[in-house]
Amino acid sequence: MAATDAPTPGEALREAAHDGVDFDGLRAARTDDGFRFAVPEASHEGLSPEEFTEVTRDHRPYVDNWLFWHGHAPQADAEWAFLRWVERAADLSVPARYERLRDGLTREWGQVAVTARLTEDGRRRYEVRHVDETDAARDDLSAYADPYEARRLRKVDDDGDYRPLSTAPTLPHGWAFVDLDATGVVRAVDGLYPATIANWHREREGALDVTHWHETVSRQTGIYGVVETWDRGEGHDHVNWVAEACCDDSQCLKRREWDYDAETPLDVDGGNGEFPCREPCSLVVATARTWTRLESERARTYEFELTPSEKAQVEAIIDAVADGRIAEIRDGDTRDGANRFRTRYLRAKLFDDDGNLCGVPTDGDDA
Amino acid sequence: MTEALLIVAHGSHLNPRSSAPAQDHADAIRAAGAFDEVREAYWKEEPSLRNALRTVTADEVYVVPLFVSEGYFTEEVIPRELRLDFDAADWDSDGTSADAVTCRPSDVDKTVHYCGPVGTHDAMTDVIVRRAETVTGDPEVGEGVGLAVVGHGTKRNENSAKAVEYHADRVRSRGRFDEVRALFMDEAPEIDDVTDHFGSADIVVVPLFVADGYHTQEDIPADMGIAGDDGTYAVPARLDGHAVWYAGAIGTEPLMADVILERAADAGAAVHPPDRTPTATADGD
Repeated sequence: MAATDAPTPGEALREAAHDGVDFDGLRAARTDDGFRFAVPEASHEGLSPEEFTEVTRDHRPYVDNWLFWHGHAPQADAEWAFLRWVERAADLSVPARYERLRDGLTREWGQVAVTARLTEDGRRRYEVRHVDETDAARDDLSAYADPYEARRLRKVDDDGDYRPLSTAPTLPHGWAFVDLDATGVVRAVDGLYPATIANWHREREGALDVTHWHETVSRQTGIYGVVETWDRGEGHDHVNWVAEACCDDSQCLKRREWDYDAETPLDVDGGNGEFPCREPCSLVVATARTWTRLESERARTYEFELTPSEKAQVEAIIDAVADGRIAEIRDGDTRDGANRFRTRYLRAKLFDDDGNLCGVPTDGDDA
Repeated sequence: MTEALLIVAHGSHLNPRSSAPAQDHADAIRAAGAFDEVREAYWKEEPSLRNALRTVTADEVYVVPLFVSEGYFTEEVIPRELRLDFDAADWDSDGTSADAVTCRPSDVDKTVHYCGPVGTHDAMTDVIVRRAETVTGDPEVGEGVGLAVVGHGTKRNENSAKAVEYHADRVRSRGRFDEVRALFMDEAPEIDDVTDHFGSADIVVVPLFVADGYHTQEDIPADMGIAGDDGTYAVPARLDGHAVWYAGAIGTEPLMADVILERAADAGAAVHPPDRTPTATADGD
């Protein structure tokens, strides 16, 4: 490496010692009788500048670690905290962390795996992959160096279908963001899962600004203004059903922190995601608009004749669609009620020429 | 003091191409090094407008709406969702003259310069002309050619038509094209009868839309009568003895990135380096 005028890590630490350093077990200070240097394994007092620099060479991981976090990592609070979380800085001592960083330390962020590795100069390089592919050979993955490409990559799933919800558990496979620096890895993760780092950090700081359902729908105008009318003062079952339909971990990897309102928690589980969801998203609001219209209808009584197996089959079909299982059901597996041939038979038998179940019109005489 | 550019766009739950112009222009501006930070935010995609400002590190944020006209989104939805202390009257606009207002968002400690939409900026006139050049492949296009600037048009928002008419007037005043018309999807004069409005053999049709989607790729070609059975259209398409050069959404034109920067610079952003823009310098007036 070419010589530069940049100070060595030891020199940089000695300079900072004038103001006092206390970071990850490393302490350095300028005292009346010289420099002080201390790590958990050793302590030195009254050092000359030359002796101080000499001592730093014996404890390079501590010094490199201090320099990385103050000289190279992004100094924005949320990004800094995220990168510290990636390498488990709160749990691992510097020697233990450096030992593991040499092989690569990986953490999972939704379906994203972030791996930090130590470089020869004590900094980090990062790699971002799908969690299913942390052990895949790099040659088997498409490598990306530009972290901003993550915004485009997340747009479609493995089948090429559009993903309007970035945190749906359908992140595509087959890619790796490689050789990223500390700023780049934050941009890649933010590209895959926008704003998750910022809101995760707010939550850790006890400052997550949750906007609950009622406040969110009350704010809507235009074509979404109607959703507010779905809150009729008749409880919050409808919001339970929305959350169960849209916000379950099987549909979105954010952990729902919003409820009906601040006093009225929902009855369904918010999920176990690493990062929080702080308010109903635009997909929930748009879908709620559809339900507002549908749920304004009054229930009526229909009479259908079904065999017990046919009733169970209708339930199996609803389950299969709701769980996104249709593509997995094999053509030959006629035991599955949602099998295509079973379903076509049911339609052939029970629908009239107008598509009415058992010939019962949807809008009957009492419509 | 660092500065960020936040491009805000509509986005879509259905159309993956909706956010492509905002992303492409953001990348071009970033590559040019014009801002310390360049971010996007969307009404229907992520990051949402509600979560966008907290992803920005800079203290000063220039918010530029990638919308074609002033109205419901620029005056109500965007400022509300960004939590700005904004009143549309602060723009003191005649419908096409909104420039910038300085606001304080309630959820982050930053200064936001909220700009008017790109669609009403004077530099958009250059983009329309550039679009006519690129679709015809003729950098001198104009003589013997009619130009239709097409907008959505809606009775709910008179500003929607104003932006289209504003640029049509400006292109016409340059005298470059033989004929220039403002036409609309949902109000008169309508794009359905496009050839009725022109005597020129060649007609260039430039839709003033941000993204290619249902309107620009299906509705307008079908309304004009240039779409085949499979929905595709030829460029140029033969129609009633005219050659119709249909350009597709203007928002995808690379020169749009310059308009975004012009908006921010007008609001006081130290766009750097000042003499360098993402694309070649616009042919200005």
